[in-house]
Amino acid sequence: MSSLEQMYQQVILDHAKRPHGKGLVDPADGTAHGESHQVNPTCGDEVTLRVEVADVVPADGGPAVPTVTGLSWDGQGCSISQASISVLTDLVVGQPVAEGERLGELFRELMGSRGKGLDESTEDLLGDATVFTGVSQYPARIKCALLGWAALRDSLVLTGVPTTKEHS
Amino acid sequence: MTTLADRPRLSAAELAAVRADFPILDRSVRGGKPLVYLDSGATSQKPDPVLDAEQDFYVRRNAAVHRGAHQLAEEATEAFEDARARVARFVGADVGEIVWTSGATAAINLVTYALSNATLGRGGEAARRFALAPGDEIVITEAEHHANIVPWQELAARTGAVIRWLGVDDDGRIRVEEAADVVTERTRVLAFTHASNVTGAITPVAPLVARAREVGALTVLDACQSVPHLPVDLHELGVDLAAFSGHKMLGPTGVGALYGRREILEALPPVTTGGSMIEVVTMTESTYMPPPQRFEAGTQMVAQVVGLGAAAQYLDELGMEGVAAHEAEIAAELLTIGDIPGVRIIGPREATDRLAVVSFVVDGVHAHDVGQVLDDAGVAVRVGHHCAQPLHRRFGIAATARASASVYTTHEDVEAFRESLAGVRAFFSL
Repeated sequence: MSSLEQMYQQVILDHAKRPHGKGLVDPADGTAHGESHQVNPTCGDEVTLRVEVADVVPADGGPAVPTVTGLSWDGQGCSISQASISVLTDLVVGQPVAEGERLGELFRELMGSRGKGLDESTEDLLGDATVFTGVSQYPARIKCALLGWAALRDSLVLTGVPTTKEHS
Repeated sequence: MTTLADRPRLSAAELAAVRADFPILDRSVRGGKPLVYLDSGATSQKPDPVLDAEQDFYVRRNAAVHRGAHQLAEEATEAFEDARARVARFVGADVGEIVWTSGATAAINLVTYALSNATLGRGGEAARRFALAPGDEIVITEAEHHANIVPWQELAARTGAVIRWLGVDDDGRIRVEEAADVVTERTRVLAFTHASNVTGAITPVAPLVARAREVGALTVLDACQSVPHLPVDLHELGVDLAAFSGHKMLGPTGVGALYGRREILEALPPVTTGGSMIEVVTMTESTYMPPPQRFEAGTQMVAQVVGLGAAAQYLDELGMEGVAAHEAEIAAELLTIGDIPGVRIIGPREATDRLAVVSFVVDGVHAHDVGQVLDDAGVAVRVGHHCAQPLHRRFGIAATARASASVYTTHEDVEAFRESLAGVRAFFSL
């Protein structure tokens, strides 16, 4: 596979063509929500991402934890930025807020890997997002893949729900 | 309308000789593909004579200029001032009308801060006519590079002046006729580009200068895209001030120039102050040198200036008529991409009164993705908004891809570009 084909894997092209979560949705009553608008000033790509967070009792019982119950977005940009936000949507919805933040950290690490990827157990956590490994070989395109994740981090903070760090 | 193609063009042998002067054009990229460099609008490549001039300055003549009485200082000063004379001649200016700056952005900022200082009363009686008051108007155009927009917005914010602008038509050409209404007695500055870095459209300067003169407004020309590609005679154009950069005209980065009509520069107060621009300094006040030194405080970028002088000489020896004619042919060839299904050109589709700068969009494929596929074939183009967001907004798009040529661009370059562009939609299964 050429570097170009490694970058534009079929999963990415499919997500770019039919992105998940695109189209802003009003948050449900009784949820905390946050919204972030991020722009990539070098290319003009932009995204508005909205999350809603509510306390949810985990499937395995235990106390309720703040969980991403909804995520919608709108924006325009290249196939890498659009696909990355779409994959993020699939990964993060239904996850505890702390897990969403952790996935963001891992994805940023993946983008710093210069095409090498991360260890297998970490990549398992990232699921479909590992298809962006090829992007990390192109320094100019890393910011495209990170645009949505920056919006996620920001919007989670804006929900006012305590972040991982404040918990610990 | 002048058709550039009517002029004598570079022969095939001349073009081959030009190519041989640019060592970088021989390299390969992305796994052995020959480089097809079509991003000269962003920055041009540099020929050996420019690289050699800079190297030679450091190797044999390096010293501080305009100070010191030793032989090296004399030789360095001579090289520095010879370059000024060479560049001045190249753009049809007098030697004292060229101020060195770090680039065109710095040149335009210099103008806006000089006007600001005049507004604060600096520069005395001579500068009073440049003072801006709330309600005064600064007119720009929708075709401008951010470097010819943002400094004016800042000046307006500092002085209470108001920004107005001329629109562009569907081909991206400035609507010069709007000047009759938009440029009024309230207009103090009319700043516009000589040629768009996005659409390649060349602006008819004469009617705008004429209108500005009728109302007594200062004219400021962004000549970054024109000076490297067309014969430019600033005296003939009649603008008051103009800016251009070295690195787009085969010269080094870190150097550019502000042109100002002598009587304008003489009346403007300085902006950056300190060493080398003063006559007499006491503990409380100072007097300043005449231009251009008044605007060249501190140690100058001497080696880059010498390199820029060599670049002007290089283009002079080729002859700008021939350069322009060659690039007009390249422009016509670049415009044939408009025939590729799904490709839409943003800017004039005819080869007259335009540069070999062609921006385009591909249906269903974002500009970044277009650029990536071209890059994989060794073709270097620019993607994004090219520092012209308002112009892109005018066309309802966020980003375009842009192919831009220079004197060294060949027909084979254009063919390779066309061929890889024709495959872009297929790559994305469209």
